[in-house]
Amino acid sequence: MILNKYLRPEVFPTPFCPGCGHGILLQAVLRAIDELSLDINKMVFVSGIGCAAWIPSPHFAADTLHTTHGRPIAFATGIKLFNPSLKVVVISGDGDISAIGGNHLIHAARRNLEITVICANNSIYGMTGGQVGPTTPMRAKTATTPQGNPEPSFDLCGLVRGAGASCIARATVHHTRELIKYIKKAFTHQGFSFIDVISPCFTQFGRRNKEISGASPAEMILNLKKLCVHVKSSDELFTFKQNDKILIGEFVK
Amino acid sequence: MNKWFSIIINDNFCKGCAICVEICPKDVLAMSKDANPSGYLLAQVIEPQKCIGCMECELHCPDLAIEVISLKDATISTRK
Repeated sequence: MILNKYLRPEVFPTPFCPGCGHGILLQAVLRAIDELSLDINKMVFVSGIGCAAWIPSPHFAADTLHTTHGRPIAFATGIKLFNPSLKVVVISGDGDISAIGGNHLIHAARRNLEITVICANNSIYGMTGGQVGPTTPMRAKTATTPQGNPEPSFDLCGLVRGAGASCIARATVHHTRELIKYIKKAFTHQGFSFIDVISPCFTQFGRRNKEISGASPAEMILNLKKLCVHVKSSDELFTFKQNDKILIGEFVK
Repeated sequence: MNKWFSIIINDNFCKGCAICVEICPKDVLAMSKDANPSGYLLAQVIEPQKCIGCMECELHCPDLAIEVISLKDATISTRK
């Protein structure tokens, strides 16, 4: 496989549940690196705590930093300031980046620091048992909201746009070729780049919301195609949910 | 056998999530009837002659278990 040179073979198979979208994001990041012919030894991957934090560490044969909960962007800021020649990439989950580390996210975007943040958004706290998070859609059932989530969800792309990020995109793990294209664009961008990747979690989210997400992990991935609207084919810019559809595409180029 | 493309499934990595089976446009793949020693029903190639090399199964495999190999330097790309 062409990706073998970027992987640590001794850690496979992956620790993800069967049908988790994070593995698709894992190979999309590596394919983007392969297509751009970047030197993986001059890149640093930073992740926090959570399922998505397992994407770079321990799978990537590069320098990886598995940091405390919610602080990957703070660590990445330190790396970038100490050695600006390194390419710093943060790959972490939505609970890590938007809930616990939301403050670091908006201030890194405000500074327009040259790092890439890839947020694997599964709209739930998957590792700790399926609690409601800030990205959980309204009315979705979780372990802590069995009657349905009463609160609206966070639009992460709108948040970082308001904070001043200069490259923002949203893709899903179903649209893999588009996802690879956005990751490549983020890697070559000079300034803060943010990609919100919708990656379904069947184990914690899907099995409690079978009527909206589908009865199996494969159905959940295929349903993303019906759930998403491209920003080019939509009239309104920057509304996260339009008639319960998720907007995908590039928001700021 | 397909003279253009060959699909290899790594049985040690596959967890039987069936994403590849659902996403394949030509129904090349199917789930096996018998469980492996770990209890998973793995994906297997049942109709290799139908493969068109679209790479969808390889790109959507969360466990990096599938590899589509181009046998005659046919156009194979992850790009659109």
